[in-house]
Amino acid sequence: MAYSEKVIDHYQNPKNVGTLDKSKSNVGTGLVGAPECGDVMRLQIEVDDATGIIRDAKFKTFGCGSAIASSSLATEWLKGKSVDEAVKIDNMTIVEELNLPPVKIHCSVLAEDAIKAAINDYRKKNGLEELKFDESVIH
Amino acid sequence: MLKFPIYLDHNATTPCDPRVVEAMIPYFTNSFGNAASRNHPFGWQAEEAVDYAREQVARLIGADPKEIIFTSGATEGDNLAIKGVFEMYASKGNHIITCNIEHKAVLDTCKHVEKEGGEVTYLKVKDNGLIDLAELEAAIKPSTILIAIMYANNEIGTIMPMKEISAIARKHGVLLFSDATQAVGKIPVNVNKDGIDLMAFSAHKMYGPKGVGALYVRRKNPRVKVTAQIDGGGHERGMRSGTLNVPGIVGFGKACEICLNEMEEETIRVSRLRDKLQNALLKIEESYLNGDISHKLPHVTNISFKYVEGEGLMMGFNKNIAVSSGSACTSASLEPSYVLKALGLGDDLAHSSLRFGLGRFTTEEQIDYTIEQVTNTVNKLREMSPLWEMYKEGIDLNTIEWAHH
Repeated sequence: MAYSEKVIDHYQNPKNVGTLDKSKSNVGTGLVGAPECGDVMRLQIEVDDATGIIRDAKFKTFGCGSAIASSSLATEWLKGKSVDEAVKIDNMTIVEELNLPPVKIHCSVLAEDAIKAAINDYRKKNGLEELKFDESVIH
Repeated sequence: MLKFPIYLDHNATTPCDPRVVEAMIPYFTNSFGNAASRNHPFGWQAEEAVDYAREQVARLIGADPKEIIFTSGATEGDNLAIKGVFEMYASKGNHIITCNIEHKAVLDTCKHVEKEGGEVTYLKVKDNGLIDLAELEAAIKPSTILIAIMYANNEIGTIMPMKEISAIARKHGVLLFSDATQAVGKIPVNVNKDGIDLMAFSAHKMYGPKGVGALYVRRKNPRVKVTAQIDGGGHERGMRSGTLNVPGIVGFGKACEICLNEMEEETIRVSRLRDKLQNALLKIEESYLNGDISHKLPHVTNISFKYVEGEGLMMGFNKNIAVSSGSACTSASLEPSYVLKALGLGDDLAHSSLRFGLGRFTTEEQIDYTIEQVTNTVNKLREMSPLWEMYKEGIDLNTIEWAHH
């Protein structure tokens, strides 16, 4: 199976690899997937308390090239968005942007789940009610 | 100068040796006859070529030429041996013993036999990839007609103790079939010394062409018969009908002859390169060898690099180096390798495995480059791996509640 150029580019030059200080109240962390399933994504956001804008996003991913590319792309999209906008990121836009084949759609689902988990972690830390999401269909 | 891509997947298939191709060429054009045409020179020429190849093939495994049935490859040989014995010996019993790391061509054939009223015992291998001989003997019952154990495994390269297995089979009067696709041409295989009654193998794993293989069927002590699975003109002593693939068979014969002559020297050269690769990669922190270290084919190694995923790892160098992985992502099923899981590896380690298969044309320069590329990519991906970070922080990954999907 050949990878799309965008997947290869993210794999070779991943954006925003790293770790944010998860003890800070304005940092939200989402850890999704499982080692036994062959992919684990950790996605973190750092929110500007005053504006509600995500000013930094970092990821680390254990997984195939498409999983790495999906999380790298997600961090790029998160930066500069408000938390409310970030919630709306849909896995299918990741699929389209990276040109993922059907067998790799679960990588994009995982990235969407990681975003939601990070946002909920941030909300929980700041005394806000956690958002309810529909169960992912693909899982 | 290194030429890319480098091929290190010789357990999947091998390139044809140029000497094999050269031997085959006349049989496509000038000597195109049907080996079954008994009444003219075209047929005689083809028949003579097939007879010669049959001798070359038989010699490599210590058999009589009459005991060689040409097939389309090892999958067909596996099917013919298992289904053929099951049908031929139905009056004696219906029980077959095999093991859980056999190739799918054996396992799926056994599943088919179960649907036809057969009973199959799947022995579990130990964590080194070898079967327990006491368990094998204990599994034999009066209805057992066949033991089907592979000579060497295709994913981890472990070599089964065939002599000990055949001694048990003989003692109980049970036939022994072996899928020896990975072993023949790589290590000395002798059907008489090893006590094997039926054996399947394939040309394309030993520098011959694709689409041709053989099933060895013993003719003496005991005389073994299999029920044909393909009916027709009664070729190959009635066991496998169909016009013989003369150029393929000629190439197969030549490939066997080269293997016989050069095996000793090639094994020394290739196993030294394999050891160099294996030792260097096992120096990487948290890397693990899969399968027994000593009972192993000389040209293969299978290693798991914990905390990195196999397909992601291959992507780091697969434009330049061809290997394969037990990771689920490389298969349509999304399940990691059943062979590695049978060794007791967790799914995480199975997902992190790479198989390196060296071959006749592998060079030291290629191995040095591979060591460098794999090491660099493992390090780079670990910097990107949340699991590696947790491991380094001393977090036990088993204590984390993962969201399974």
